[in-house]
Amino acid sequence: MANTVNMSQYNEQAERRKQERRKQGKMRLSTATVTRDNRETIGNVTVPDYRIRCTDINVFYGDKHAIRNITLDIGRHEIIAMIGPSGCGKSTFLRCLNRMNDTIENCRVTGKIMMDNQDINDKSIDVVPLRAKVGMVFQKPNPFPKSVYENIAFGPRIHGLAKDKVELDEIVVTSLKRAGLWEEVKDRLDQPGTSLSGGQQQRLCIARTIAVNPEVILMDEPCSALDPIATTKIEELMDQLCADYSIVIVTHSMQQAARVSHRTAYFHLGDLIEVGATEQIFTKPVHQLTEDYITGRFG
Amino acid sequence: MHTFTFVLILLMLMVASFFFGRRRAVTVSKGDVRSLNSLPGYYGYYTALWCGIPALLIFTFWQFSESAVITNLVIAGLPEEVTLLSKQQLNLVINEIRNLVSDNIVASTISPEIAAAAERYREMQAISKMALFAVMMALGVGGATYALSRIHQQHKARNKVENTILIFLIACSTIAIFTTLGIVLSVLFEAILFFQAVPVTDFLFGLEWSPQTAIRPGQVGASGAFGAVPLFTGTMLVSAIAMVVAVPIGLMSAIYLAEYASPGMRALSKPMLEVLAGIPTVVYGFFAALTVAPFFRGWGESLGLAISSESALAAGVVMGIMIIPFVSSLSDDVIYAVPQSLRDGAYSLGATQSETIRKVVIPAALPGIVAGILLAVSRAIGETMIVVMAAGLAANLTANPLESVTTVTVQIVTLLVGDQEFDSPKTLAAFALGLVLFVVTLVLNVIALYVVRKYREQYE
Ligand SMILES: Nc1ncnc2c1ncn2[C@@H]1O[C@H](COP(=O)(O)OP(=O)(O)OP(=O)(O)O)[C@@H](O)[C@H]1O
Ligand SMILES: [Mg+2]
Repeated sequence: MANTVNMSQYNEQAERRKQERRKQGKMRLSTATVTRDNRETIGNVTVPDYRIRCTDINVFYGDKHAIRNITLDIGRHEIIAMIGPSGCGKSTFLRCLNRMNDTIENCRVTGKIMMDNQDINDKSIDVVPLRAKVGMVFQKPNPFPKSVYENIAFGPRIHGLAKDKVELDEIVVTSLKRAGLWEEVKDRLDQPGTSLSGGQQQRLCIARTIAVNPEVILMDEPCSALDPIATTKIEELMDQLCADYSIVIVTHSMQQAARVSHRTAYFHLGDLIEVGATEQIFTKPVHQLTEDYITGRFG
Repeated sequence: MHTFTFVLILLMLMVASFFFGRRRAVTVSKGDVRSLNSLPGYYGYYTALWCGIPALLIFTFWQFSESAVITNLVIAGLPEEVTLLSKQQLNLVINEIRNLVSDNIVASTISPEIAAAAERYREMQAISKMALFAVMMALGVGGATYALSRIHQQHKARNKVENTILIFLIACSTIAIFTTLGIVLSVLFEAILFFQAVPVTDFLFGLEWSPQTAIRPGQVGASGAFGAVPLFTGTMLVSAIAMVVAVPIGLMSAIYLAEYASPGMRALSKPMLEVLAGIPTVVYGFFAALTVAPFFRGWGESLGLAISSESALAAGVVMGIMIIPFVSSLSDDVIYAVPQSLRDGAYSLGATQSETIRKVVIPAALPGIVAGILLAVSRAIGETMIVVMAAGLAANLTANPLESVTTVTVQIVTLLVGDQEFDSPKTLAAFALGLVLFVVTLVLNVIALYVVRKYREQYE
C-alpha cells in the first residue's frame, strides 16, 4: 500500500518536472504510454530465428530475488544490448546464459533456457561444452598471468581444437587478427598478457574467447575501463563478429547501446521492462521507466 | 619491602602526576582548552613521563651496579691477609660471603671475619635500598614538579610526548637489531678462531668428520678431522626427505582447502592442520625415535632390508610431517589470494575446475608457493630436536636414507653438550658449523622474501 502511494507521489512530482522542462523547451514530447508501476514486459520478447530462448527466468541469491520472470529471445547474428540502472540484474541475467551463476554460492536459477533443443539450465547439462559455445568477456580485463600466446592457446588446448602446433599457431593468429590486436602484439607473443595496456588486454580477452569458436558471446560492460579509441575498436569488432555470432552486451553507455546493438532490453530492479528494436527504444520508448532512463531523468 | 614495590609506587606517582598535569593545563588555559597548544591529556602524559623516566633509569642502573659496588666496599673492609690473596681465592671468599648473605648452606665452618663481612654486606644492602627509594621518589616528585612548572599555553606537550614515544620505539628496534648483530659477530669471531686452527678448505671440502681432539697432549687417536661434507649431505638428505613428504601433502591439502572445501570444512580443517605446527619439536623427536624408527625397521626386516634403527628416513619423514602446516598454510593463503576474476575467465572458456586449478590458479600462485616452500626448507635445515633423537650421530657420507646419518645441528649439539674447553677446535667447530648454517638459511630466506615481494607486485 505504502508503495503505491509513494509511487503516485513520485509520478506527480515527475509530471511537474516534465512540464517545467517542456516549458523551457528542453524536452521532446513524451511517447511513453505505459505508466511506471506496470512491471509486465513491453515489446516483443521473441524473435522468429532465435539462438537462445529464455522463459520465466528467476534468480535468487539466498533469499534475495534478484531477477523476476524474465522471458527473452537472443536472436541469431544479432547484437542485443542490456541497459538499466546499477543493480537491476543485467549481469545476473547474462551469467545465466553460460551458467556462470553456478560458481556463486547460494545462487539459484529457475526457468527454462533453450539452446539447440536443450534446456541449458538443467542441472544435468555439462557446463564445459556449453561454456565453449557461449563465451564471456568481463568488465575488467582478466588475462591469465601467462604469455599473450598462451592466453589465446588456453581454450583451444583444453578443448583439443588443434591437432598440432601448426594448427594451434593458426588459431592464435586468426583470433588475434579478428580481435584487431595482431598488429600490436605480433612481436611480443611471448610477453605476459598482463603487460599489455588495458584496452589491449580487453581485446586479448575477446581474442581468447573467439579462439574457442563460440556461437554466442556475452559481454559484461566490456568497455567501461577503456578510452574512446579502444572502445571504438571493440565496437567495430563487435560489428564484424555479429556476422557469425550472437552477441549480448551489457552497457552503461546509452550511446554505445544505440551505436552497436540491433535490439535493446531495459531492466529495472530485477524486471525486464521493455524490449524492442534499438531505434524504437531510443526514439519512441513505450514504457515510462524506459523513457526516464534513456532521457537521463531516472530517480 | 621488595624493590619492585618501589616501581609500583612510582607507577602510582605517575598516574597522579598525569592528573596533576592535565589539571594544570586546564588551569593555565583559563577555561578555554582550545587555546592550548595540545590537548590537556598530552600535558598529563608529559608530566607523567617526566615523573617516571628519570626515576626508572636510575632504578635500572642501580639494579645492575648495586652488587658490584657493595662487594667492592665489603672487600675493602676485609683484613689485609684476605685482600692480598690471589684472584681465584678472593673469588671463593666472596662467594662464601654471598652465600652466607642469602642464607645458603656453607660448606666449612665460618671464620669470624667472614661472618662480620657478611653482616656488613647485609647492612649495606639495607642502606642501598633506602637510598634507592629516596632517590627514586625525589626524582619522581622532582621531575613531575619540573614538568608542571614548564606547562604554559604555548607549551608543545604533544610534540614532546610523540617524540618520546618515537625514541622509545627506536630503542626497542635497536635492541633487536643489535642482538642479531651481536650473535652474528660472536659466531663469526669464534668461527674465525676455528679457521685459524683448521683451514677453511679442509672444513668445507673435507670428507671425514671426527671431532675428537686430544684433551691431554700425547693422547692416542686424537688427531681430529673436521670435514663438514658428511654433515651437510646428512642435513640435505634429511631435509630432502622432509620436503618430499611435506610439499605434496601440504600443497594438495592447500589446494583442497582453498578451492574445494566448503567454508565450514575450511574453518574446521585449517586450524586442525595448523595444530601440527604447535606441537613441540621434542615431542616429534621422541615420536620419531620411539614410534616411527622402530616401525620402519620392522617393516624393512619383513622386506629383507637392513634399516638401521636411527635412520635418515625416520627423521626425515617426521620432520616432513612437522613442516606440512608451513607449506599448506602459506600456499593456501596465496592460492586464496588469486583473484576470482582469473578463475571466472578460465571457467567461461569451458575449463573444468581441475583444469582451472592446474593451468591458471597454481601457475598464478606459483611464486608465492615457491617462497613458502623455501621458508619450509630453511626451517627443515635448522631443525634440531627431531634429528638429535632420530637420525643418529654417525657421520656417514651416504645418500642412502635407510642408513643413519648426522646433521649439522646434531653435531653442534654434541660438540657443546657436556664439559668443554672453550678454546679447543672441537668446540670452536660448532661456531663454524653454525655460521655456515646461518648463511645458508639466510640466503634461502632472502630469496623467499624477494620472490614473495615480486609476487605481491603482480596483483597490486
Ligand atoms: N553474489 C551475489 N550475492 C548476493 N547478491 C548479489 C550477488 N550478485 C549480485 N547480487 C544482487 O543482485 C542484484 C543484481 O545484481 P547484478 O550484478 O546483476 O546487477 P547489474 O545490473 O549488473 O548492476 P551493475 O550495472 O552495477 O553491474 C543486485 O541487487 C545485487 O546486489
Ligand atoms: Mg553488472
